[in-house]
Amino acid sequence: MTTTTRPKSTGSAGEGPQTQRSMRTGSLPRYAPAAVLAGAAVVSSAALQALGSFHLVTAGLATAVLYTVVIVGASAAVENPRKAKDRFVTAVVYLCFAAAMLPLLSLLTTVFLEGITRLDGYFLTVSMNGVTPSMDAGGVYHAIVGTIAITGMAAVISIPIGLFTAVYLVEYGRGRLAKAITFFVDVMTGIPSIVAGLFVVALWMMLFGPGNTNGAAGAVSLAVLMIPVVVRSSEEMLRLVPQELREASYALGVPKWLTIVKVVLPTAVAGLTTGIMLALARVIGETAPLVLTAGSSAVAINWNLFNGQMMSLPVFIYSQVRMGGAVNMERAWAAALTLIVIVMLLFLTARLVSRLFAPKLGR
Amino acid sequence: MAKRIDVSGLHVYYGDFLAVEDVSMTIEPRSVTAFIGSSGCGKSTFLRTLNRMHEVTPGARVDGKVMLDDMDIYGPDVDPVEVRREVGMVFQKANPFPTMSIYDNVIAGAKLNNKRMSKAKADDLVERSLRGANLWEEVKDRLNKPGAGLSGGQQQRLCIARATAVEPSVLLMDEPCSALDPISTLAIEDLIHKLKEEYTIVIVTHNMQQAARVSDRTAFFNLAGTGKPGRLIEMGETNKIFTKPDEQETENYITGRFG
Repeated sequence: MTTTTRPKSTGSAGEGPQTQRSMRTGSLPRYAPAAVLAGAAVVSSAALQALGSFHLVTAGLATAVLYTVVIVGASAAVENPRKAKDRFVTAVVYLCFAAAMLPLLSLLTTVFLEGITRLDGYFLTVSMNGVTPSMDAGGVYHAIVGTIAITGMAAVISIPIGLFTAVYLVEYGRGRLAKAITFFVDVMTGIPSIVAGLFVVALWMMLFGPGNTNGAAGAVSLAVLMIPVVVRSSEEMLRLVPQELREASYALGVPKWLTIVKVVLPTAVAGLTTGIMLALARVIGETAPLVLTAGSSAVAINWNLFNGQMMSLPVFIYSQVRMGGAVNMERAWAAALTLIVIVMLLFLTARLVSRLFAPKLGR
Repeated sequence: MAKRIDVSGLHVYYGDFLAVEDVSMTIEPRSVTAFIGSSGCGKSTFLRTLNRMHEVTPGARVDGKVMLDDMDIYGPDVDPVEVRREVGMVFQKANPFPTMSIYDNVIAGAKLNNKRMSKAKADDLVERSLRGANLWEEVKDRLNKPGAGLSGGQQQRLCIARATAVEPSVLLMDEPCSALDPISTLAIEDLIHKLKEEYTIVIVTHNMQQAARVSDRTAFFNLAGTGKPGRLIEMGETNKIFTKPDEQETENYITGRFG
């Protein structure tokens, strides 16, 4: 009670005579950053040209440095030190952003430009059956079939296992068992993909005898890689569902399992789909385990996961690059582009599904 | 329809921690009973034992007897799910299901339990429950819009409609108005007055004026001391508790000498 008088006294001290502080500072015009950037670009390219060592990368770097120095200097002179710091950090953040984006953009454009030359209807609908490596013919259809079949089966195996594990961990898991599962899932996340492949090769050797490579083996090795990713992402999503919703459901006399099926999972469905799609996208590009398990020399269309070798897009790229001819490189690039397009389609579907299922807040 | 609750010698634990100690009380049917007391004194915890919601928290358990008419809800062969169908609950924070429309939220009790219901019957139940919750006029033209799009007060009334749609005999309310503005609070209090004709209502509230306005009987809870369990200090007619309580502690609390 006695302390209530305190803030008052400090308050009146604050109102006491003080040197008038101006709240106004000058400010750079709004077009300043753009103008400085353009200027920096021109000046640095010209300077590098004069020195005879013009290169896009060096020019970009020089522009960035020059821009940062000029804008911070100008800001410190015209505006105040805080704004100068702001300009500096802004410049650094944008620079980092560009540094992160450039490799990605460069990768995408390279794959697109190199791949588009060969990517056509023929390439997508024809297999390599009867095509000699250097022949200017053949396509990637058998590899698309393999990729779809193998990752499809991997998804069928790992989505239920992953989801049920996540539900167990979030809704039921207590004590030692839950801790052990979490630990082993973490360990599984770190398994190198080639080790997963070797594991399945050994397993197949034990179950079906030596020399048995087929699509199912590839799918199992991908599932080993996919399960931990599905578990971790689904677990996070299920934990985000507010406890109040579960309690609201219990309070209506709904049993726990129905609460999970009809309240928790639907509320989290958007996040769950995104997580699963990310896991799929991660394994769809796996090469090493598939070379070991599904084989690397299949040339014909094979939809049967349980009989014979199966080609897949990453392995196709790998084997074509190893052959090294000009035609082979073209095929590899086109297959790479195909793979990227498939992954993008997956992401698009994921976004669509999330948007469709996301809890709506409209009126 | 409304049932009497008889609690005797109830101890409530979180693991080894005794949260509420030795409560015995009778809650009359067709009346409103208010629980008042300072924060952390165990009134919400105690309320949650009345529909076995307490044990949803890992490690939580109780000791003692809670009779719903002549059934011990903690009896060995009693299914907590059945108890919760009989004893409904409204929470402090309105929690409509975000994936469901207003219509589906109201019949969620039946829908989530996979109960089949004819369209006409469901329509009738939705209208009756929403009218009962004084919400029908406000939402009747947008029953298929998401429940989460309503205002806070409307959401809380939607939750009350949802709780009454399963036709429980007791309705527990855990600070139902603490997140609402005065107008919405008034709407809910009017609703409580109406509901007590059919239900046994227990309401936890921090607002003593609200307890005085809506309740017939009031129970005052308090902590025995820091780190000690909460206890029921006194229970009686609301008028008496607020005018001349038997216990000094109660008088101190209601006159604002502490808490």
